[in-house]
Amino acid sequence: MIRSVRRHARIYGRLAAASVRSQWQYRASFALYSASQLVATLAEFGAIWALYARFGSLPGWRLSEVAVLYGISNVAFALAEAGARGFDVFPGMVRTGDFDRLLLRPLPTAFQLAAHDVQIMRVGRLAQGAAILVWGCMGVGIQWDAARVALLAICVVGGACIFAGLFVLQATLAFWTIESLEVVNIVTYGGNQMAQYPLTIYRPWFRLFFTVAVPLAAINYVPLAALLSRPDLSGLPAPLNWLAPCVGAPFLAACLRIWKLGERRYASTGS
Amino acid sequence: MAQIEVRGLRKSFRAPLRSSGPFGALRDLLHRRTRTVEALKGITFDIEAGQIVGCIGPNGAGKSTAIKIIAGIMNPDGGEATVLGRTPWADRIAHVRHIGVVFGQRTQLWWDLPVIDSFALLREIYGVARRDYDETLADVVERFHLAEVLDSPVRQLSLGLRMRCDLAAALLHRPSILFLDEPTIGLDAVSKLALREAIRDWSAERGLTVLLTTHDMDDIEDLCRRVLLIADGSLLLDGAIDDLRRMSSARRTLMIDLAAGVANAELEGAELVRREGDRLWLEYDPEQVATHELIARAASAFPIRDLTVADRPIEEVVAQVYRDAP
Repeated sequence: MIRSVRRHARIYGRLAAASVRSQWQYRASFALYSASQLVATLAEFGAIWALYARFGSLPGWRLSEVAVLYGISNVAFALAEAGARGFDVFPGMVRTGDFDRLLLRPLPTAFQLAAHDVQIMRVGRLAQGAAILVWGCMGVGIQWDAARVALLAICVVGGACIFAGLFVLQATLAFWTIESLEVVNIVTYGGNQMAQYPLTIYRPWFRLFFTVAVPLAAINYVPLAALLSRPDLSGLPAPLNWLAPCVGAPFLAACLRIWKLGERRYASTGS
Repeated sequence: MAQIEVRGLRKSFRAPLRSSGPFGALRDLLHRRTRTVEALKGITFDIEAGQIVGCIGPNGAGKSTAIKIIAGIMNPDGGEATVLGRTPWADRIAHVRHIGVVFGQRTQLWWDLPVIDSFALLREIYGVARRDYDETLADVVERFHLAEVLDSPVRQLSLGLRMRCDLAAALLHRPSILFLDEPTIGLDAVSKLALREAIRDWSAERGLTVLLTTHDMDDIEDLCRRVLLIADGSLLLDGAIDDLRRMSSARRTLMIDLAAGVANAELEGAELVRREGDRLWLEYDPEQVATHELIARAASAFPIRDLTVADRPIEEVVAQVYRDAP
């Protein structure tokens, strides 16, 4: 088990390095994309900042608290996005038959897609998200202790799992239909947008959807109650605030199970 | 036990029917109509270790479906297949570790990286031990003449070189069985010969089993002692090239160059099928009249400068078999 994990980690590293070397062949495009990503994400947070500068505050929320929500969501999204490019181009691979090549290699297909064309130029969003997360964490007045640092890390990892799971689900649909499925971006990119703001500003059905169906609230809004020692925020029992971000891993596992079903269907239809 | 055992393999697909007209796409979305296409209607064969077997058939006859199933990409609706003792579709990852696959149409190498980097990545993916890898690599580089191209990005290679690199890449993990899907498609004559030689030598020396699909009959004549002819989902023939020739009529052609000015070129026992100036093409059935007998008759009937006897070109034979297929 451990040997297998180490072997897969090494292969992932080599494949990711190969992607970077390939991208490095087109240096100008690489530099421009990284820069544009950084500018775009900075402008995004600039918009939130401008809201605060103009209107003072969202009811009951300080800018630094929103920065923590924003930072967690964006770092998680950037991490997931780095490994999601393969899933992004996957529908095209089904159409052209290139997916067959992945099936001929002795590795799980989801693993190969996660390692396919890893995009280092997406560091823009990661750097910006991390910077805002650190800034928010310093300004928000949290009593930092080991447990809270660990909780924050689990939130980021759990969030990355959820976004990754959503990318997997989106790609899985391509096993059933070759139609374009940009509608799913509502929960991926839209989910990231949603998670950048406090949940209280949304309508109840919307909150419920992003707590239970796509549990993005569980990786930033709910555990924020534990981080800030303000249990009233989530309205849940205190232990749940601490445990909520752990849903990330099972969510991803469930998505990968559905992926397996899709793969089995592919094997029986060949398209 | 044979390396590849295939028993009564069946597979059908549901192909969507597309509506025409301005709202066709919308109608299809609401009410999907399909028709069933039987791609394989029960195919059975064995392949022993070290054989090179060619799989031919018209486009859409089912040969790619058969290869896909045996390679582990697709599962059948019915029937059984065992490759090296495993059921390919039930145990994909263990299965593909022991086979190599080359598609003539697309490369499995990393487009923007030097060839040697692709090879190193494949070593990691297949978990090949360093010493085995070094040994195999040295062998393929020498045999396929790749020393100069190892540091070139794949996108800069000519198609012929790329195919040799792809073949090398498929052999690095020392598979027992190699599947080649139209390996010589689009290659020039020299590259074709080089590729065939590489395949033939490797198979002979390492006991590699090869199953290839092709539309190029020279591939078959050069490489394969055995041919599987698949048409309309059924195995029409499993035998040698000569069996294929025998499937159509066994007629041969006698081509004669006459000395100038012979008017009457009729010959008993043969049919004049074509004449261009002083050159005649006569078709005959060797079962009816022996070749030497016919030549003797011709020699006494008219003055001959030169003559040759030829089988019908294999392409013509195959084309006729395809046409005659149900």
